[in-house]
Amino acid sequence: MSKIFEIPLYPYARHPDQDDNVVRRHKVIVVGAGPVGLALALDLASRDIPVLVLDENDRVSFGSRAICFAKRTLEILDRLGCGDESVDKGVTWGRGRVFFDEREIYEFDLLPEDGHKRPAFINLQQYHLEKFLFDRVQALAAAGKPIEIRGRNRVEAIGAHDDHVRLEVETPEGPYELQADWLVACDGANSPTRRMMGLDFVGRVFEDNFLIADVIMQAEFPTERWFWFDPPFNRGQSALLHRQPENVWRIDLQLGWDIDVEAEKRPERVIPRLKAMLGEDVAFELDWVSIYTFQCRRMARFRQGRVLFAGDAAHQVSPFGARGANSGIQDADNLGWKLALVLAGDAPERLIDSYNWERVYAADENITHSTRATDFITPKSEISQIFRNAVLDLAARHPFARPLVNSGRLSTPSIYDDGPLNGNDATGLPQRTRPGAPLCDAPVAEGWLLDCLPSGFALLAINIDCPKGISCDGVVLTTLSLSTDGNHALAARYLGEAAGAIYLVRPDQHVAARWLGFDKAAIEDAVARATART
Amino acid sequence: MPDLRRDANLQDADGFYADLLAVHDGLTKAESDALNARLILILSNHIGDAEVLSQALHDAAATAGRQD
Repeated sequence: MSKIFEIPLYPYARHPDQDDNVVRRHKVIVVGAGPVGLALALDLASRDIPVLVLDENDRVSFGSRAICFAKRTLEILDRLGCGDESVDKGVTWGRGRVFFDEREIYEFDLLPEDGHKRPAFINLQQYHLEKFLFDRVQALAAAGKPIEIRGRNRVEAIGAHDDHVRLEVETPEGPYELQADWLVACDGANSPTRRMMGLDFVGRVFEDNFLIADVIMQAEFPTERWFWFDPPFNRGQSALLHRQPENVWRIDLQLGWDIDVEAEKRPERVIPRLKAMLGEDVAFELDWVSIYTFQCRRMARFRQGRVLFAGDAAHQVSPFGARGANSGIQDADNLGWKLALVLAGDAPERLIDSYNWERVYAADENITHSTRATDFITPKSEISQIFRNAVLDLAARHPFARPLVNSGRLSTPSIYDDGPLNGNDATGLPQRTRPGAPLCDAPVAEGWLLDCLPSGFALLAINIDCPKGISCDGVVLTTLSLSTDGNHALAARYLGEAAGAIYLVRPDQHVAARWLGFDKAAIEDAVARATART
Repeated sequence: MPDLRRDANLQDADGFYADLLAVHDGLTKAESDALNARLILILSNHIGDAEVLSQALHDAAATAGRQD
């Protein structure tokens, strides 16, 4: 049986654009059909914004890549129409265990709270997610939505202009040219777009190698994230074990800096390492082996005129914390509605600058977390090693030390505090749903709160009367009237001690503003701010 | 906002100092370093207040030790 990543999903086919005498102008061209590019394309097409995706390949990305998808990503996938497929196929988990030397020092629960549709995390091979996203692209195209992917279309040159971008595209049948109102580069950490534009990508290099081995085995390990500091089977280094679907297990072993990378990838070196970890008697088969190093870095700006950067093309983090793919999908979530409003003429072009502000803010947060985790996992000096081991020694018996143990702060969405689109906050309402925060899911009469939201702006009217269908200069607000009668989760997450509240929610489900009562003029002001009209 | 106490606050300065040395008795340098690190973490947690801790870190870093 062919593996999923060996099958061409969108094989090259000649397009009329290639034979046109005039260069075709597209609204949005996305470069890269990875999870970020596909998520953005789905978001745009679902808003009836025509989008063309160009990819130098014609299939899902192969090998071992992202595996941990966080709750917020699953909520975005729900909005894009492939949350169920991902969760059904994925392995749901929410518990981690930490080991030091030969003993377990503690365990943690990532979502110790009921009343959410989605779990803290699922593990799912990236190629499965890409396939679900691609299937969704096909479903939208079949339903007449303006979405198209061109395989084996490699962008060779970019000409950036004030109001458009010109692209030279190479295909198996030769080159052709395209133009786009907006170009979004989702072409990965080695982004050719970034390179062609000569843009900086600076940050910190970590001098360490990590061996990734995906193995197929029947094993008794529970569905949890297991992390070892200085275990007997990998002395002086770290190790990570994660379960994926189809009896595939991800093993990540720190190897140190001065190693022979080619030698360490050979099965005769890898298999003894894995046997030392898993036990001599455990039968397994190697599915994938690679050795990686990483950097923590970002571009200075994610917007360069009409060219935008998203995902790994814009920022890179260490893998500890699952903040790479998850933050990339949140980039797409942040950008889709903004591009749609600008292209529809409902918001000025400067709304796109808020994408830069908010996602640079998120990238900095992710880089900080992943740098700190890396410094804890791989101490770079004698004294940092002494403190690290002191924390681990204390953690087994002293709960106070456990928050200091950092085996990766697992991805949670950023709250855009002081963001340029944030409007009024009302004192006394819960902190977790303040302006800039993503909505917190909660059970409601119809099922789940997040499933009830429209694709555009929404008003949550909680215990307060609020008119339906308020329109603010072309932006129509969908009102959801909610009651906290018998709904403690909704009350705790949105009201606190207040009797009622009105929340203005952006199309990406982040809170724009909130009030203790209905005030139409205040809502209009907040919509103007959230769309960068003021 | 609380400040780091800079007045003498130990109930029995000589007794505490003797106890501090006593827990290091017979330890190797590495063991003593580890004990000191644990002690710093335990005391830091007891203090808890970020501003006080920040002042303590600053005072410690700003006091030049003797260069041997």
